Amino acid sequence: MAILSQTEAQDILKKVISFSTADECDATLNGSLEGNVRSARNSISTAGAVDNVSLAVTSYFGKRSGTATCNQFDEATLRRCVQRAEEIARLAPESPEYMPLLGPQTYLSSPQSFAASTAGITPDYRASQMAASMQYCDQKKLSSAGFLNDQAGFVAKRNSKGLEAYQRTTNLDFSITVRTLDGMGSGYAATDFTDIKNFDAARLTAVAASKASSSVGAKAIEPGKYTVILEPNALVSGSDASLLGALMRSFDARSADEGRSFLSKKGGGNRKGEKLFDERVTIYSDPTNAEVPDLTFSGDGRPQQRTTWIEKGVVKNLYASRYWAEKTGVPSLPGPGGFIMEGGTQSTADLIKGTAKGILVTRLWYIRPVDPQTLLFTGLTRDGTFYIENGAIKFPVKNFRFNESPIIMLNNLEAIGRPVRLAGNLVPPLKIRDFTFTSLSDAV
Amino acid sequence: MGGTLVDPARLLEPGLDVAQKKRLADVALNAAKSAGASYADVRIGRYLNQSIFTREKQVQNIASGESFGAGVRVIASGSWGFAATNNVSEAGLAQAARLAVAMAKANAKTQKEPVNLAAQQGYGQVSWKTPIKQNAFEVPVAQKAELLLAANAAALANGANFVNSSLFQINEQKYFASTDGSYIDQDVHRIWPTFSVTAIDRASGKFKTRDALSSPMGLGYEYLSPQAADKVAGPSGTGLVGYRNSYDILEDAALAARQAKAKLTATSVLAGKYDLVLDPNHLGLTIHESIGHPLELDRVLGYEANYAGTSFATLEWRKKNIPYGSKNVTIVADKLQPGSLGAVGYDDEGVKTKEWTLIDQGKLVDYEKIRDQAHIVGQKESDGCCYADSWGAVQFQRMPNVSLRPGTAKLSVDDLISKVDKGIYIAGRGSYSIDQQRYNFQFGGQVFYAIEKGKIAGMLDDVAYQANTQEFWNSCAAVCDQSDYRLFGSFFDGKGQPSQVSAVSHGSATSRFNAVNVINTGRKLG
Repeated sequence: MAILSQTEAQDILKKVISFSTADECDATLNGSLEGNVRSARNSISTAGAVDNVSLAVTSYFGKRSGTATCNQFDEATLRRCVQRAEEIARLAPESPEYMPLLGPQTYLSSPQSFAASTAGITPDYRASQMAASMQYCDQKKLSSAGFLNDQAGFVAKRNSKGLEAYQRTTNLDFSITVRTLDGMGSGYAATDFTDIKNFDAARLTAVAASKASSSVGAKAIEPGKYTVILEPNALVSGSDASLLGALMRSFDARSADEGRSFLSKKGGGNRKGEKLFDERVTIYSDPTNAEVPDLTFSGDGRPQQRTTWIEKGVVKNLYASRYWAEKTGVPSLPGPGGFIMEGGTQSTADLIKGTAKGILVTRLWYIRPVDPQTLLFTGLTRDGTFYIENGAIKFPVKNFRFNESPIIMLNNLEAIGRPVRLAGNLVPPLKIRDFTFTSLSDAV
Repeated sequence: MGGTLVDPARLLEPGLDVAQKKRLADVALNAAKSAGASYADVRIGRYLNQSIFTREKQVQNIASGESFGAGVRVIASGSWGFAATNNVSEAGLAQAARLAVAMAKANAKTQKEPVNLAAQQGYGQVSWKTPIKQNAFEVPVAQKAELLLAANAAALANGANFVNSSLFQINEQKYFASTDGSYIDQDVHRIWPTFSVTAIDRASGKFKTRDALSSPMGLGYEYLSPQAADKVAGPSGTGLVGYRNSYDILEDAALAARQAKAKLTATSVLAGKYDLVLDPNHLGLTIHESIGHPLELDRVLGYEANYAGTSFATLEWRKKNIPYGSKNVTIVADKLQPGSLGAVGYDDEGVKTKEWTLIDQGKLVDYEKIRDQAHIVGQKESDGCCYADSWGAVQFQRMPNVSLRPGTAKLSVDDLISKVDKGIYIAGRGSYSIDQQRYNFQFGGQVFYAIEKGKIAGMLDDVAYQANTQEFWNSCAAVCDQSDYRLFGSFFDGKGQPSQVSAVSHGSATSRFNAVNVINTGRKLG
């Protein structure tokens, strides 16, 4: 029963709200059908499927609130769930940051967030895509490890003030690491889709395989400051922390106002309105974008709309909780799901052609914060690092550890390529000068 | 954490009794065998958790979760299959078993070699329980929240501008049965109190944090009743206290606030080579990342290549007899240490737990392995370190407790520091990053002190050290004795796809590492 229609979902939620005796009641239904297959050494290692729908009810008495959930939807269970939420609320301490529930909202329409093709994925489809990927590596005498995960889901919300929301989503993520049999070369590729019509695991595997073969025989070059071309997998990730992901998650108004963010201003306040990045940097979010459609409402029911976070290098907006927005008198903007970085028309290959000396970075890995004051992060290159000279790749190089801040990085911008979808974002490859590599790694 | 949010009182309600679970387990095992499985196991699990979050003077959130269901794993046609359901009935379990067999048969079509499972004796009906003194779930939520708020008050009274504190509690009630003839009922408890204190200098715009020096533990609420006997004095001149089997959160919060403030004016480190003196509360994570992970046999063999990575410590590398560390480095794996996060009676594939040596006086002698891996290294039995983080996740090889043996000669922290001419003392878990084959790592910490001519000489900031795993462990020059030995741990260690968490402890005594490369992490923004 995972994917309920709008009518089915709202019928359940109406019933829930009708059982409420609290001052306010908020109910959310979440459902998903998820499947995965995993491979290693050119063989399927595990496969699984999960089907789940759950209801969360939050009841309010004054400034006290309580939440309970259930995953059965008969009338008696729904009634018990509401009663339990109310019992917890009565016992809870008053919250000084309580905000009354939102009334009816108007949401944008983003029907392309759901694709029937993705929702219809079968175990055979998963197995055949993975088999094609493994077969490619068998033929090339390479070893692969991959993961394919797909999900179809819905979210429905309703509250006692009349707010009503519903949206369906689908997603497929595929990533593949290909290694040479002697372990001296490694390549990686990843992709994600809302609609799987263009998904081809073998085609993506070929990209990773090419990187694996061409990264054999890496030479050690001195760490230091280099011009780099960071491919999208070096900027965002669906499975690890990332430099641009970390930057976008740090646009919280409260942390900035409290003095504990790189967006805090000396003496108090925040740096909204200041130019902190190269003027070619523009980053926004838009849940209706056809390439990266997203939910048009946030978890607390606020509308998600097109929002510009950085425009021509200037910090345009910070996100804030409803409480903090009201307290400080700023717009109440929820944090974005994915984000879109504007770019140009050049491909990664074009960026390489325009580079006299530099390093092509396929992927960055194990990225961890070092200093929140400057948003300094450390991490390593992985799965294909190459030296560029006179507009062409000359040879593979050993992996580096970096210590760099995305703020400094986006001030040292040389060129921006054409954005591509990755991990629910649209991200261009970036050419950056003076990127700081601090040591070498023997890892392949 | 996860699970369905429930009323805290529900966490104390009994689950299914053992007889019910045995009956259901037999249904699953019989259904699997009837469908063609050559081996089957079933885990019926009730996973409870509660998290309490506070900041300054208010409780932000209290979440109590329950997750109940069953996972059936089978071998059919030589391949693994797995299916899970939250429909814990005879029909639900039989259906999951049949689905698992169908998946195994589908996977067999691309399988290169059949699964080779180490033989395992059945134990019959047995049970095990974490030896806790006070079940944290039985302590009223208000009492626990009050303790966190008292810690916040202690931090604020000592100069903190902000403080966030939290308490995580886990109870796994898991029942395992297999076609080997085991029916194992276990009740596992874990707890982790922690906080982060922030001090701000508005005029300069600088801010610094200091996190708790607690450890996540396999203990009950008794961990939060501080006992004098569990306190270990840190180096003279630091005011630091190490905590063994109980933790004084009020004392640590007050010290954290003073240290966060002191960090605002601490000397920025001069990059270069230093002898490092590492507290167990810091060294635990270095052990975790540079020894615990590279010796996981599934990583070594390439099964984690697409996510966590592989390992430099391959079977071929081991044959070369290259020293992993100095003679001072003996590393032991176990699933037994009382109070540790890894301690259980039996692992999640029905193997009784044990202790074994990974590195003996610097020499790599063994790996961490489970039943389908033992044959790869010519062994006949599993090490008992198979784990799944829920009933809905398939069990696989996870890190056991991995600990550095304390030195056998009497050596206190102050004695150790007295012999260091130019060094840095580091306590607490900070930033940590290591490459996908576990060669190159960079670690920070919570507090750093300069050591000059055998004495603590003042606080430092902007410290991180970069090293190569082998060079680092070969530079281990001294390890303090048993009196300084303490457990550190990782509560949410991630691995696998879909990702699963596990909890694991690392014991050590304060240790010295010579001539390690230290970098300055300070930067200036325009």
